[in-house]
Amino acid sequence: MAGVTLEHITKRFGDLVTVKDLNLDIKDQEFLVLVGPSGCGKSTTLRMIAGLEDISSGNLLIAGRRVNDVAPKDRDIAMVFQSYALYPHMSVYDNMAFGLKLRHTPKEQIKKRVQEAAQMLEIGHLLDRKPKQLSGGQRQRVALGRAIVREPKVFLMDEPLSNLDAKLRVQTRTQISKLHQRLQTTVIYVTHDQTEAMTMADRIVVLKDGILQQEPSSPQELYDHPDNMFVAGFIGSPPMNFFDATITGTGENLTLDAGTVKVSVPPMYNRDLAAYVGKEVVFGIRPEHISDARFTPSHINASNKVTVNIEVVEPMGSEVYIYLSSGNHSFQCRVDSRTRVRPNDQLEVVFDTDHLHIFDKQTQVSALKRTNIERPNRA
Amino acid sequence: MIQQTKEVETRPASGAAAGFMDPGRFFAALLGLVVVLVLLGLGFVYLRDSKGANIFNAVVAIIWGVGGVAALYYTVNALIESLPNKWRGRLLPFLFVGPGVAMLFWVLTIPTLRTLYQSFFNNDSTSFVGFNNYIATFTDRGMLESFRNNLLWLFVGTGFCVVFGLLIAVLADRSKFENIAKALIFMPMAISFVGASVIWKFMYAYAPSDQPQIGLQNAILTGFGLEPQSWLTLQPWNNLFLIVVQVWMATGFAMVLFSAAIKGVPTDLIEAARVDGATEIQSFFAITIPYIQGTIITVTTTTAIGTLKIFDVVWVMTGGQYGTSVVGTEFYRQFFANRNFGYGAAIAIVLFIAISPVLIYNLRQLRKQEGF
Repeated sequence: MAGVTLEHITKRFGDLVTVKDLNLDIKDQEFLVLVGPSGCGKSTTLRMIAGLEDISSGNLLIAGRRVNDVAPKDRDIAMVFQSYALYPHMSVYDNMAFGLKLRHTPKEQIKKRVQEAAQMLEIGHLLDRKPKQLSGGQRQRVALGRAIVREPKVFLMDEPLSNLDAKLRVQTRTQISKLHQRLQTTVIYVTHDQTEAMTMADRIVVLKDGILQQEPSSPQELYDHPDNMFVAGFIGSPPMNFFDATITGTGENLTLDAGTVKVSVPPMYNRDLAAYVGKEVVFGIRPEHISDARFTPSHINASNKVTVNIEVVEPMGSEVYIYLSSGNHSFQCRVDSRTRVRPNDQLEVVFDTDHLHIFDKQTQVSALKRTNIERPNRA
Repeated sequence: MIQQTKEVETRPASGAAAGFMDPGRFFAALLGLVVVLVLLGLGFVYLRDSKGANIFNAVVAIIWGVGGVAALYYTVNALIESLPNKWRGRLLPFLFVGPGVAMLFWVLTIPTLRTLYQSFFNNDSTSFVGFNNYIATFTDRGMLESFRNNLLWLFVGTGFCVVFGLLIAVLADRSKFENIAKALIFMPMAISFVGASVIWKFMYAYAPSDQPQIGLQNAILTGFGLEPQSWLTLQPWNNLFLIVVQVWMATGFAMVLFSAAIKGVPTDLIEAARVDGATEIQSFFAITIPYIQGTIITVTTTTAIGTLKIFDVVWVMTGGQYGTSVVGTEFYRQFFANRNFGYGAAIAIVLFIAISPVLIYNLRQLRKQEGF
């Protein structure tokens, strides 16, 4: 068990910089998720931690020891690959025992550890089979088992769920979370799926073009207070709606004017936005903060109403996702399941301005300072 | 909608597709076949009787041969297509596979059976001698020497080809000069065995020590002030010097197949092994070798068959003398030089039987890899 520290880690492939000056302090027993679109450098970062990729510059520390030049086998890590990478000619038992055999672990102990892990993962009855004879989900569990038996300091997982079907993915997600609680080890998990990141992580690291997008934070923190438009748009599904707008008005009465959509700015933002008056900004609002005016809960300030056109309706059972348009804006909302509308209907919706996100249009960085915001805590 | 249904209903009634025969079509096809056969016959007669070779006859022969095969296929196919469904399914495979199988039967099976028959007769195939030829095969001193040499070829030749091929494939895989290195090593494959043997005969060439040496080996030896050696008569080592030629030629073949197989090993597997704690050498033996096992077996058996059949290298370089004879050269010597057909045939049959198990294993392996 150990923490992992990345100090100014950079990875270059020739002229191409895939990871740029990355600093991370991963705590012991933490479940850290690296998330980002493909090509953002998350897998490269993981592979550098594993020792499968050289580090161009910077320091990598595992349990306080600098391991830049230490071979993968001596880093005391285990990795679960996206393809599972099970050895096709070995039985499940041999796959799991391979690492222990190479370390000259006594036979009895190998047997004990493999059986324990197999029991934990419910693959005890598969130990004699070859990987070819297993289903995708079973292979995935064998890959996990192979990592577990080694009892490493750090688990590295490279998109381990991406080859599973949707239902199995959700199940295995829960299983990995449980496993983490039980094993109490550090896990570094790479995914492009923000749902996996949200549901499993203690802290999330959002990467784009090899650059850290926001201080690693808890999923809720990232969701509630994204530092920039990229994080705001990447975290959350359906994604946040963005509107190009101009700030008009003076002093205490500021308005975000986006043509057909006009919303008043709550007073708590005034201080941060003073410098932006008369300038262009981007404001964002999550789909769940736009509600059907008829069903808007009483605690929400219902004064920011917009009449919109319905494009597509997706009933989800517990709620309804609606694709809306107003003027040249297209956006999405998640509303009460009592809402009965059809495409091309007109609907009056309420923007909950307590949950507005406002970004500088040039830098795409949040214009709001975290300390100045006191949002009512309601979903 | 209605029209469509009607069409579907009416279609089966028309002709062979429904399982009924269309006599018109059948007789037209039959007539076509007869015409083609007559034309082919006339072509045969013309080519047989025409004197001398000229361009016109060559063109006629090409048209007669290629066009004749095509026309035969076309008309027989039309004939079978006009038959009821049941018979069509039964006969069509024979049309396509039949000629090939018949050809193989004619040029392979019959000669094999004839050789087997001959092997039970005396030198001019006039009197039955039972198993005498076979007894001679396994007791004759020359033959025993050939068997010994063939075993040497089998194990040393195949072993070195496979080991060198694998080694070079692995090393080249990591090299910047992979393509150049592989091309150079593969190149001897393009030379015939006879050509290669001539080249190596020069390498081993010997002249008495007071004369200039044109052979590379002896040039090097005398360069260091040593006595020149007559490599090809240096028993029993001369067998190994001949095997070198085979290794030189067949290593490229092994290397190319191994190289392709090694590139097919998923990187993830090797990386997983590295994380699991394997060194390069451990992961090579524990992951790469088992992964390419199929290719190893294929290459080994193919090379083994080559060494069992070896003839040209020995024949060109020593003619089977100085204790270098192999089963192939012994067969040739008995059958063609001594005109002892019965004995020669028996040797050929023994060689055939020796190769068969390897060949069968090779084919099984190819089938397992879905080679065919």
